[in-house]
Amino acid sequence: MTGSAHNDSQTDRTNWLERILAPFQRGTPPAPRTATGFYTDTTVCIGCKACEVACKQWNQLPSDGFEWTGKSYDNTGELSATSWRHVKFVEQLVDTELPQDTAIVEPLEAGTVPDLPGRWLMMSDVCKHCATAPCEQACPTGSLLQNEFENIYLQSDICNGCSYCIAACPFGVITRATFDGHAHKCTLCYDRQRDDLTPACAKACPTESIQFGPIDELRERARERVSELQSLGINDAYLYSDEASEKYSQLNSFYLLIDEPSAYGLPDNPVNPWLFMKGDYLRSGLTGFIAIAMLLIILWLGG
Amino acid sequence: MPGLGTSLGRGAATTYQQDLSNSDCILIMGSNMAEAHPVGFRWPLQAKQNCGKLIHVDPRFTRTSALCDVFIGIRAGTDIAFLGGLIHYVLENNLWFSEYVKHYTNAATIIDEQYADTEDLDGLFSGFDDGTNYDPGTRHWNYQEGDDHQPLRDPSLQHERCVFQILKRHFARYTPDTVAEICGCKPEQIIRVATLLAENSGRERTSALVYALGWTQHSTGVQIIRAAGILQLLLGNIGRPGGGIMAMRGHSTIQGSTDLATLYDLLPGYLPQPVACDEHETLDRYVEHAGQSTGFWSNFRKYIVSLLKAWYGETAQVDNDFCFDWLPRIDDNYSQMACFERMSRGELEGYFLFGQNPAGGGPNAELHRAGLRNLDWLVVVDWFEIESAVFWKDDPHGPPAEEIKTEVFLLPTAAAPEKSGSLTNTQRVIQWHDQALDPAGDSRSDAWIIYNLGKRLKELYADSDLLRDSPIQNLTWDYDFAQPPQLPDGSLSQVEGEPDLEKVLQEINGYYVREIDPVHRQARQLQGFAELTDDGNTACGCWIYSGVFPSPDRNRAKDRQRRRDSIEAEWGYAWPANRRILYNRASADPEGKPWSERKQLIWWDEEARSWTGYDVPDFELHKPPEYRAAADAQGMDAINGDHPFIMKPDGVGWLFAPTMLKDGPLPTHYEPIESPVANLLYPDQPINPLTQKFAGPLNPLAEEPTEAYPIVATTFRLTEHFLSGPMSRFNSWLNELQPEMFAELSHQLAAERQIKHGDWLVIETPRGAIEARAMVTHRLQPLKIQGRIIHSIGLPFHWSFAGEAVGDSANLLTALIGEPNVSIHESKAFVCQVRSGRRAGRTTQPTQPTAAWPTSQRVPNTPDAAQPEGRFDHDR
Repeated sequence: MTGSAHNDSQTDRTNWLERILAPFQRGTPPAPRTATGFYTDTTVCIGCKACEVACKQWNQLPSDGFEWTGKSYDNTGELSATSWRHVKFVEQLVDTELPQDTAIVEPLEAGTVPDLPGRWLMMSDVCKHCATAPCEQACPTGSLLQNEFENIYLQSDICNGCSYCIAACPFGVITRATFDGHAHKCTLCYDRQRDDLTPACAKACPTESIQFGPIDELRERARERVSELQSLGINDAYLYSDEASEKYSQLNSFYLLIDEPSAYGLPDNPVNPWLFMKGDYLRSGLTGFIAIAMLLIILWLGG
Repeated sequence: MPGLGTSLGRGAATTYQQDLSNSDCILIMGSNMAEAHPVGFRWPLQAKQNCGKLIHVDPRFTRTSALCDVFIGIRAGTDIAFLGGLIHYVLENNLWFSEYVKHYTNAATIIDEQYADTEDLDGLFSGFDDGTNYDPGTRHWNYQEGDDHQPLRDPSLQHERCVFQILKRHFARYTPDTVAEICGCKPEQIIRVATLLAENSGRERTSALVYALGWTQHSTGVQIIRAAGILQLLLGNIGRPGGGIMAMRGHSTIQGSTDLATLYDLLPGYLPQPVACDEHETLDRYVEHAGQSTGFWSNFRKYIVSLLKAWYGETAQVDNDFCFDWLPRIDDNYSQMACFERMSRGELEGYFLFGQNPAGGGPNAELHRAGLRNLDWLVVVDWFEIESAVFWKDDPHGPPAEEIKTEVFLLPTAAAPEKSGSLTNTQRVIQWHDQALDPAGDSRSDAWIIYNLGKRLKELYADSDLLRDSPIQNLTWDYDFAQPPQLPDGSLSQVEGEPDLEKVLQEINGYYVREIDPVHRQARQLQGFAELTDDGNTACGCWIYSGVFPSPDRNRAKDRQRRRDSIEAEWGYAWPANRRILYNRASADPEGKPWSERKQLIWWDEEARSWTGYDVPDFELHKPPEYRAAADAQGMDAINGDHPFIMKPDGVGWLFAPTMLKDGPLPTHYEPIESPVANLLYPDQPINPLTQKFAGPLNPLAEEPTEAYPIVATTFRLTEHFLSGPMSRFNSWLNELQPEMFAELSHQLAAERQIKHGDWLVIETPRGAIEARAMVTHRLQPLKIQGRIIHSIGLPFHWSFAGEAVGDSANLLTALIGEPNVSIHESKAFVCQVRSGRRAGRTTQPTQPTAAWPTSQRVPNTPDAAQPEGRFDHDR
């Protein structure tokens, strides 16, 4: 810098002023782009976890330590500030009817044998990027926002660590990182999208279980796939939260499932707490008012 | 891969993975494709989405099974019984594709009248006279020849000694009930699979088989793949779109390494390494005995002469037999297992390991470690300090470091993005990759290390007068870069002495020795192996690759043109001659018309008098379907116009293999060397009689069924790790996904042994004991076998004692057992005992700290906003 002392102090003052004013200023939001999202077809997921590794590598997320959980092949456990993709494994197999005794058993019985002894469901879970996101509604700092792709983006640097978003999310997506105190979650590879690249997980998925694209196209494709599966006799196939329910908006990252949502560890009927906030505020206000009134009455009577 | 080579002609997958999407039914057996080849598994899934049926037959319900339509659990090591059951059902119920079988296989050929089958000799073929090997002189497996020295045939397939009838008799015992008793499945399940395959084969439909190491790593490995070949030939699925046998190879260029002959008994291009015997004494005698007078191998002399020209250059001339004498002769078994067995007895001084980890990944790893401890010197070329590099100080089972004399040199090597070169993948496609950046520090590519070692050896022997040093003195070894290679960022590579691997690939492709290409001012490149000659005018490092580099500025391995059809002929270069489906003449009927419109690939164009279609025809281009060979025809003239298997001397697929295999012309069910049950089919012959057992104090075997080891064990892979972990257990992102050694066992076995899910258990075999966490799961089920309950356990073999995630190695349990033809070990079926608790001795500790933060450095030359999201200090 070659500026004089006078200029420096002026700059300092401007900086100081800017700092005071900055929280009250609003920048220009980027122009809206085509809304994007994920469609995860769990019927073709092979549980390879390439999505998990691709996500960690692209976003440079640290490893969570080496803990063997014994929960099928799932050693990730949950979505967290450092695991933005999580492949779930649900073993639904039954025992063959065999005696415990290793002695002689009866001859082979005739009859039909089922083609499969059961199912091993796999599903790559991620932030749902809700059309109306309770985390965003709960965030007091504006750290959570809906970006130009209609994805929910978390600006960790202005997160104050209040954890309201963690309580608000019905899917347990967000946690706070232990080493910086901020919340972190899937950005839907905002940086890659701005460069017209496919998010890392979808790019790495070998079977196109994770599909990325304009959300309307994805929904159409997913509905076709459901009817295709149903025509093949897989009548359990359905889309999870593809459409808005009474208590929750539609998801921009939605799933094709073949069992109850709870089988995959998803809420059967997610609820947006915001819907009940007015009532909650009213009730707490009213309760406070009554309490104070009662207190005054007691004081007055006693006085 | 003689299993495929014997049946069909070439030791490689007959098809390519993308073609699996054209299949109507896929039987995946001996492969856990979704876990071990997840990227390729998208094609079977596409077949499924096109209403194809996926079948998985395996000892464990895996991630592959989860995506299949049908799963059948069988006991490990009973694959031939199962496939035999399928063959039996297909034959007995006339489900075979009769026109295909009659024209394209040796079903009609009549076998020597003195031939005796396992049916006649209780589990042995004729010729097992000395009790150790089948004697080629007395085994009588050959074709019966007529007066004109041509094999006799009975096109009606009724002659009692024709292959078809022998086949029927041979597999007569493999009824669904018997096979179910051996495998532990239900008879209906065998019928279900046979029916599905048969329904989806024929003119209009095709089925594919997919296998991997679950078939090969057995004492009967080659014969299992023979059985697959027989089944696919009977169903008429070879050489057709959506059909074939897809061999899934385990490493990134393992196909390339067999093509270019890293095996001790092969020269490049599947020419046999000469043996120390009279038959291979001179070039003429070698060609006479190793080549064939009819079929494509009649060109054998051209290939070996051109190879010698490529290696020894101007020195190789007609009058010195092209230096054929300089090729080393084999006088014993020098496969890996045999070498390490010798090493464990102190008979080897030094050893080089390139990208290999015998201390963790070798069968009977303790014997391999004992071998390494007995060396004077060892060079390990690897990325990390793998087990084989730190065995002398970190092995919890080993003696103290001061007692080990081995001097170990670890040469750090470059990773794939740090070097140029080609990889040949599982479907024979050669793909080039360019160097993206220079290797870190002193790391060098494997090619650099070999090239400079070769240069120094040449220097060392430059002045020698000894005849034995001539091969090194005269070896062509000139692959220097004309100028340093340029990296993608425009800078020049700073590595000195790197060889120009394009020059190596040009030599592999082959060139005219005496012709100069005027444009490029160097020897003119060959356009393909059809141009090779046996007079010393051409040089070619590997004849099957010829065509990959037709001009100095045209490296076809670099081709990356996407096309709409699944053949993708301009993506890389597939050997031979860029054919994607081998034996594709069989996709047309004997008259040269496609079997059906739906499955058309190659056909005879009568107007153009040529074969044409979507793929490169695997046939002489202008040989019409009606061509019939004269009785005394030689070379390719001896192959009829309706004989698609041109590599075979008779041009047909071999249901019966008169030569090439040491352990029988037909696959026979033998129990694994270690099995808890007797051989139900041939009680007098429990195991493959030719198996190499490497008996010794370091390799004890449980050869008889015993109460001490009642449980069947099999090893397996997980998606999350690579082999014994030399590349994956040093990576935190992979280690967190599968951090610990575990063993899969059924609820019944766990209850019997009071093992709780998640607790420790100890697994013991005669070779040793390891501990693992118990994964108690319904995915493994006890099997009913011969009136008993047989339990199985599954052991991933990814862990050992070096790296940041460590555990006991499953390979401490496996045995040194060699399959007779290819000396592959038997790690997929052995017996063990399990108990709850932990093993005695030192526990395994990590040798590397966990990289909790993959890299905390900012990405250089990158603004804040573009720093990775997860780099939590990005706006500091």
